[in-house]
Amino acid sequence: MKHYIPYHQLPEGGIPPPVTIYGPGVRWWHWINGLLVLVLCVTGYFIGVPPPSALGDPSSLYIMGWIRFLHLASGYLFALLAIARLWLTFVEKGISHHLFVPAIWRAEWFDGFMRQIRWNLLINDQPKRYVGLNPLGGIAMLLMYVLPGFIIIVTGFAMYAEVTGHDSWQYALFGWVTTIFGNTMDLHVIHRLAMWVMAGFVCIHVYIAVREDVMSRQTMISSMLSGERQYRR
Amino acid sequence: MADKPTFYDVFRQRGVSRRDFLGFCALTATYLGLGPNGAASVAHAMQTKPRIPVVWLHGLECTCCSESFLRSGHPLVSDIVMSMISLDYDDTIMAAAGDQAEEILHDIIRDYRGAFILAVEGNVPLANDGMACIVGGRPFKKKFEETARHAKAIISWGTCATSGCVQAAKPNPTRATPIHKLVDRVPVINVPGCPPIAEVMTGVISYILTYDRLPELDNRLRPKLFYSQRVHDKCYRRAHFDAGQFVENWDDEGAKQGWCLYKMGCRGPTTYNACATIGWNENTSSPIRSGHGCIGCSEDGFWDRGPFYERLPDMQQWGIESNADKVAAAGAAGLGTAVAVQLGATAIKRVMKRGDKPDASATQEEKETQA
Repeated sequence: MKHYIPYHQLPEGGIPPPVTIYGPGVRWWHWINGLLVLVLCVTGYFIGVPPPSALGDPSSLYIMGWIRFLHLASGYLFALLAIARLWLTFVEKGISHHLFVPAIWRAEWFDGFMRQIRWNLLINDQPKRYVGLNPLGGIAMLLMYVLPGFIIIVTGFAMYAEVTGHDSWQYALFGWVTTIFGNTMDLHVIHRLAMWVMAGFVCIHVYIAVREDVMSRQTMISSMLSGERQYRR
Repeated sequence: MADKPTFYDVFRQRGVSRRDFLGFCALTATYLGLGPNGAASVAHAMQTKPRIPVVWLHGLECTCCSESFLRSGHPLVSDIVMSMISLDYDDTIMAAAGDQAEEILHDIIRDYRGAFILAVEGNVPLANDGMACIVGGRPFKKKFEETARHAKAIISWGTCATSGCVQAAKPNPTRATPIHKLVDRVPVINVPGCPPIAEVMTGVISYILTYDRLPELDNRLRPKLFYSQRVHDKCYRRAHFDAGQFVENWDDEGAKQGWCLYKMGCRGPTTYNACATIGWNENTSSPIRSGHGCIGCSEDGFWDRGPFYERLPDMQQWGIESNADKVAAAGAAGLGTAVAVQLGATAIKRVMKRGDKPDASATQEEKETQA
């Protein structure tokens, strides 16, 4: 696949030819990861604030047990997929690097960034079309998805190391995190705050994807399904 | 070193029979989890190694650690360990007082330079040259510095000494500072808890005295023997946690049934201590066993992570009585408003545009009729 400049602005008039910007790896990653984030947010919310007590004998009930199992299993997958996504940046080019390295030092990037802000404040009437991700969306993904995701993975494994104990590989890799905070209650609070940031991101992401698909003269949702971005007049 | 008596010599002088001595060795070995040969190795060490003096200093503290220590489960253990300690210096329980007591401290530092154990209960307030804690007419800071420099190792008793406890709670007006932050060359062993469990205290001190080395420590200098697992890991109510059965109110059916206290703010999942295994007062009970959640007394800054009866701690950075979920709710409200405003404004703009250009819609209709 070709390597594109994601924030490259397309000319105002005419209909540019469609471009393939997402490879199959990134597309599969996006949808599986979306499902995992949903499962993780729901189960994680209930780990912090458990559902109403279940009646019955504890020998036959395992509600928190299953919630925690789902959370921990999805957490492992989430971490593995995050590594896979980093790897895809090098293997499957397209615009996949834009998620991690927004080109804030480029004039065209910054111009697009300001344009998107004006567009979202309804100051600009004509939406810009881009080869890939618009600069505002790219930096929002970095700050509201990638960064909290990283914090969630690190604090999550640090809390998991508490369960597995001093001799585990989780402790060997992430035990140092507990040394920074001292009281591991802080890990839980930071993990939860990062979860809320990510939940907020999901809401914005879905809303903006639908809105841009309707209004910005380019495909959004179907691009993540087919990998191809098409343009309208 | 031949002229210095061994522990066993001291016990015999104090009238402890050999039978009691061996009983003590067996108990200590069991607490420390030393395995079948443990008792024999403890006994051997105590009979051959010269006695190591222990100096016990009291800083900014409430003496609850000493109280706990005096109530050590087995009378034999407390008797023997206490006789080891009281031989030397502990200003709260020693027979000597005033100048005589201070002289003993000087003698130990002179005779056993680099060879005595320093046990510190409480921390050192650094503000105003340490004026918040005066012992023997001088700031405790000075006394601690003079003694700590010559110690072989330091045991920090209780949360005061390991992380500051209530004295160091925000805003920490006396600048109460934990012991391990004040020494750099002398090894420190942290034994947190408010107070620590008596058997943990005697276990730690017996280990050091018999083996002449510190037990294995974790990354926060706590002995792994007693602090490697959370209260939650071995809690007898853990089955109710996994089942999803929680006490919701102090007077509900769950509280009577002994369900998990997680929703009532139990800090068991973030507290490293041996309460669930060793228990308190000869294993009569423990906070959770008596129906109250753990407050995490052996953890750093536990006073600043209240309220004790709520699962999510307050976030003082965001104002009092706010927590992670409330901050998130405020964020969500802001986000929702922004989206609603943008959607509404877009719709109004569209409608106004349509009103401005009637010809645009006319051309549209024309096209349709042509088709």
